[in-house]
Amino acid sequence: MAEILKASEQFRFYTRLNLSELTGLRATTLSQLVGLIKTVPGSCIYHHTHRFLQQHQYLSPEPPNDFAYWVSEMLGEDALGEELASIDTVQFSNIRSLREEIIKTIENYLENKPSSRLKFASEGEEFHFIKAISFVLPTHYVANNIREFADILKKVTIDSIYFHIFEARLRLEQKTNDFSNWIRTAVGDDKLADDITRLDPYTRTLEDLRNSLILIIEERMVGAL
Amino acid sequence: MNGLEGYIPIVGGAIIDDLRLIADNLKGRIIQHINSTSVGGGVAEILNRMVPLLKELGVDTRWDLIKGGEQFFNVTKKFHNALHGRPQEITSHDFEIFRETSRQNIEEVNIYGDIVFIHDPQPVALIKKKSNNKWLWRCHVDVSEPDSRVWSFLMDFIRQYDAAVFSAPAFSQRLPFRQFLISPSIDPQSDKNKELPREVIDNVLEKYGILKDKPIITQISRFDRLKDPVGVIEAYLQVKKYIDCQLILAGGTASDDPEGLDVLAEVKEKASRDKDIHVLLLPQDDIAVNALQRASTVIMQKSLREGFGLTVAEALWKAKPVVASNVGGIPLQIKHKYSGLLCRSVQGAAFAIKQLLNSPAYAKKLGENGREHIRNNFLITRHLRDYMLLFLSLYHDADVVYL
Repeated sequence: MAEILKASEQFRFYTRLNLSELTGLRATTLSQLVGLIKTVPGSCIYHHTHRFLQQHQYLSPEPPNDFAYWVSEMLGEDALGEELASIDTVQFSNIRSLREEIIKTIENYLENKPSSRLKFASEGEEFHFIKAISFVLPTHYVANNIREFADILKKVTIDSIYFHIFEARLRLEQKTNDFSNWIRTAVGDDKLADDITRLDPYTRTLEDLRNSLILIIEERMVGAL
Repeated sequence: MNGLEGYIPIVGGAIIDDLRLIADNLKGRIIQHINSTSVGGGVAEILNRMVPLLKELGVDTRWDLIKGGEQFFNVTKKFHNALHGRPQEITSHDFEIFRETSRQNIEEVNIYGDIVFIHDPQPVALIKKKSNNKWLWRCHVDVSEPDSRVWSFLMDFIRQYDAAVFSAPAFSQRLPFRQFLISPSIDPQSDKNKELPREVIDNVLEKYGILKDKPIITQISRFDRLKDPVGVIEAYLQVKKYIDCQLILAGGTASDDPEGLDVLAEVKEKASRDKDIHVLLLPQDDIAVNALQRASTVIMQKSLREGFGLTVAEALWKAKPVVASNVGGIPLQIKHKYSGLLCRSVQGAAFAIKQLLNSPAYAKKLGENGREHIRNNFLITRHLRDYMLLFLSLYHDADVVYL
């Protein structure tokens, strides 16, 4: 157990907090939506594909991205909504390729179902493009070993977990997440690092993700005894 | 009232730690809020809590008021209605009254903030005093379809600001500067939202002569036509044909709202033929508002326009089922059939109320979901965080800021 608990360097927890910046850009049809998706900043695509994680921490009643919700609920294009909702976000290590997948999905749909071009959102139900301004701050929490790491995971905000799992992977184009990276390089536990990398963070709430992380680490610690 | 520590049992200690981390980055800067009234209405209510909490976090925050006479506030009320899209007769004399009072305020109001945070249109002309500090304009009204003449008049001032803040995405326009989305919030520790002992609730009901012998439908709002109190009575009367119930219409008037008493008189006239309609004027009695909300079976907010609709958040925080109009910031607070019911007409409101009164388990579930949604997104701790990030954003242009 002593080997598993030992870390060659500390892990400092950071947190990431978002402010929503309005763009004044809005779409009322699918064609307008896809046209704007092509040109808005990457931080807009990020906001509309990740916002749900923060705002519905305990339960996620909406599809996991705003585009999917809008085309289903406002345009009544449920089939496209389902396609957009099921885009496997975890497979994309940068916003550019995620954006391309969303564009391809909508354009294919428009081509196969030309009548969908005629649908438009009612007044007040337009799609409004918003971008995320992210602030990254170091917290006071520092782990010197895996046990401290697990204890801190119980205390930090979901924003901190979000930063180390999502922001590191997707926005900063890292292939892994910060937790797995530290556990692999500083703790030397490849299995635990792999187990955490395999978690699909997009299909669970952040509180569920926290609990899953803690469970995996605690089981690993018990197994190492 | 408790300070920051009091929020830990509600939102968790780590959220408060984050607030302190952000606040450390604002040390040495003075934030100066300016609006037109210290009591009545949502803006004053938020600032009354926001300012001391920011101070406790170590952010030097102050609050100043502009002055204005009856004529000025009559004009700004017309502006308010016009920005909400209600037709108003606004004369060139009205614009002159606005300019003249603004000139006096420009002379008299001392500007000392590193960040000057102007709330709503009344003090907007103070931007003439802009020097090398940062100026924010906070729009608390629904400007999705503003009267173009008033909007254009105000834009001459607004475009000189560094950034604007709106409460809902639909309010944003193409503007020549940055604009942010920040929803307002409620304070779970305030007299209006804290837990109340049963006897306090009963005492309030007794004071206003309300019996608990039938379901209570309540709308708490200023007496303002945009809150559609008459529409609330009409919806109630439709429900009453099928379910024996009672209606409470309760609220105060704001000192910058000269129309309030006229509307109250209209409502009283409309209510006079039904003894189960209770029209209550409650000037600044937050405990009474809290008690009435907690005593209610269903809460309504049937606004025609709404800057945000904080009474919805107040009701949801008390886990009450809510029927509210699909306007302004209300759909941000209510996901239809998930955390409340949205309506677009008197008939729709009546139908939704009947559903809730006839299905208590469904009503209870909506209220519980609503409470969690408010905990996550509409409490003052989130609002404090957003405002501090907003202040920091004035000094950083990047989409990702490392502090």
